[in-house]
Amino acid sequence: MLHKPAAPAGKDPSASYKTRLGIWMFLFYAIFYGIFVAINLLNPQAMGNIVVAGLNLATVYGFVLIIGALLEALLYNMLCGKKEAELANKPDANDEKPTGKVGA
Amino acid sequence: MAIIVFIIFVVIVIGLSFYLGKRTKSSSGYYAAGGQIKWGVNGIAFAGDYLSAASFLGICGLIATVGFDGFLYSIGYLAGWIVALFVVAEPLKKLGKFTFTDALDSKFNSRSIKLTAAISTLVVSVCYLIPQMVGAGVLVEPLLGIPHAYGVAMVGAIVITIVATAGMASTTYVQFIKGALLIIFSTVLVVAVLIRGLTTQPDQGGKVPFYQYASIPAMIMDGKVQVEEPGVEVLDQVGMKGGLVFVLLSNQGVQNWWHASDTDQGLMLMESQSVVVKPDGQYVNGAPLSPENQLRQVGNLEQISGEKDVNTGGISFLKFLSSFTDKTTTVRTWKTSTFTSNTNEKVTVYYFSDVTGDRFLRPGMKFKVEGTVLERLDFLSLMLALFLGTAALPHILIRYYTVPNPASARKSTIVAIAAIGFFYILTLFMGLGAIANGVLNPADSNMSAPLLARSFGELLFAIISAIAFATVLGTVSGLIVAASGAVAHDFMDRFMDKKMDDRRKVKAGKVAAFVIGGIAILLGILFKGMNVSFLVGLAFAVAASANLPAIVMLLFWKKTTPKGIASSIVVGIVASLTLIAFSPELYTLYGLNPLDAPIPINNPGIISIPLSFITLVVVSLLTQKKETT
Repeated sequence: MLHKPAAPAGKDPSASYKTRLGIWMFLFYAIFYGIFVAINLLNPQAMGNIVVAGLNLATVYGFVLIIGALLEALLYNMLCGKKEAELANKPDANDEKPTGKVGA
Repeated sequence: MAIIVFIIFVVIVIGLSFYLGKRTKSSSGYYAAGGQIKWGVNGIAFAGDYLSAASFLGICGLIATVGFDGFLYSIGYLAGWIVALFVVAEPLKKLGKFTFTDALDSKFNSRSIKLTAAISTLVVSVCYLIPQMVGAGVLVEPLLGIPHAYGVAMVGAIVITIVATAGMASTTYVQFIKGALLIIFSTVLVVAVLIRGLTTQPDQGGKVPFYQYASIPAMIMDGKVQVEEPGVEVLDQVGMKGGLVFVLLSNQGVQNWWHASDTDQGLMLMESQSVVVKPDGQYVNGAPLSPENQLRQVGNLEQISGEKDVNTGGISFLKFLSSFTDKTTTVRTWKTSTFTSNTNEKVTVYYFSDVTGDRFLRPGMKFKVEGTVLERLDFLSLMLALFLGTAALPHILIRYYTVPNPASARKSTIVAIAAIGFFYILTLFMGLGAIANGVLNPADSNMSAPLLARSFGELLFAIISAIAFATVLGTVSGLIVAASGAVAHDFMDRFMDKKMDDRRKVKAGKVAAFVIGGIAILLGILFKGMNVSFLVGLAFAVAASANLPAIVMLLFWKKTTPKGIASSIVVGIVASLTLIAFSPELYTLYGLNPLDAPIPINNPGIISIPLSFITLVVVSLLTQKKETT
């Protein structure tokens, strides 16, 4: 017997949209993070260059990674919420074909 | 004062646990707080779970001693939440019931997944518990004046009480309170740092006079260091690898070890601090160790933007940071060297090294990003593990089951990112504030943030220490809930199919909490002295290697099979733990020469994470036919 979730989540017609959006946003951030790591490895001295308001690239890039994560998260939530509301009002929303991915 | 605040806090936490314990009778209540926690509360509780001793004590300590390299942990830890939000949050909420194993096993009902995922949860939780318990001992030692081992035991006992009374319900509210207090009072501390400003001669608000370290001209004759200063005599000389030379001087009758340094004025002997173990006890800076004679707190800016004798007064956060990144700012950092003297005494010397601000606030002080290929690979490996580890930590994943639906899981993750991100920005100011204010304990960087608070008065110190203590309590509670769930729910109930009723499930969880708490206490004592952030970095590597490939492939690759998942978990655990066990850092812990370590890197993620992914793919492909027919 399979072990069922604690609370039945019900059908989520926006699941495949959210999965696709999540993957794209993850890839975007991962590339941005990867560039940061790459600069540290390939040209660490560049991280000491002053770029704005007397702050060096290391500090500014670090802050942008932290604040950028929050902004991207808020954008994701806004887009997901919008899609959820939009599909919840569509009578044929539940007819969306499953993609084979979990949650889809 | 600190003791009173500490006791009040502990009484409140335990009182809350007993109150919630009376209402927690079902297994759903014990393991998942009934799945009814509001997303805002859960988000801050996420922050409480995540902002562990490593974040508060370890990162602040690392930033204070190695500058930007410490902040890299903040960046990596926060970036990991992106994986949690975009990849795992909602799907895991939909799949699981109480534990991460439930989610992995939701499609297959496989005994091998139940067993390996339960073991993985236990291993990762224990790896993560070690630094928390080390942090607990570090905190309690100066706070209550009791030895490290007793401090660790006391924390263990309190945490076991919290978990055994109400499980995830009490843990959630302890996390919520702790997470909120940590962020509020860290903000207060940073504001206090900015109001005080920067000075080249920090005196902790007038409480501790600034100590100016002396230097004496010297010369080398026939390989021996000599000085011509009246009243000064060279008694011993020890050369180290890399050209370091330490000299034991008798200066006006006081014996202390000095550091030889080539400067613009020629060879100079620089006053240092030392701890010498002699047959009749420990000597600090030439005098017997006593409550009055301890190592001096250290750290200061020798020059701020090219000027000496500066006191900026209140300063903006931008000016504060730009003063550090300035090439003409000089930061006095401290290093440690241990050796045996020619008279067979064990000596630890703490000596200063001045670095420019731009060097301090860019990568390279700790991580050898300009070093060999292997050293760079080690750095890459750490950053990979930090990025991928968060979404694989069992005590984080189980928090997705405390909220009512997937949308709440998503929203609580976003609250967590906001709270944790803000806190990590504060760590940079707290770490830099610690070194600029001369509050560092040269023998232990973990206490930098609480000691910084003490420079602003006993009340702030008491509050910050109590919160730091709560940080440990909260995180350890979450870890023990996760680990006890793995034993009682995943292993006993589901793998062994014990057919337990709800009451027995809760009882089994509580017994498991006692046992795991006991193990955590022992490990916390054994690993005393290691930087907690480094240890957490390793726990992230184990989590990312053992769990993440299984989670990601289950969600996104249709050909994943139960055997593939189980194999990848086993390979991830074994590979990461083996690589860690034979790494240079662990060789140092064993008392062996780190250069003899067979594995040349400290962070295993770059090898163990891909290996775990490859294992899952290969085994899944090999077992396709059997599994799908």
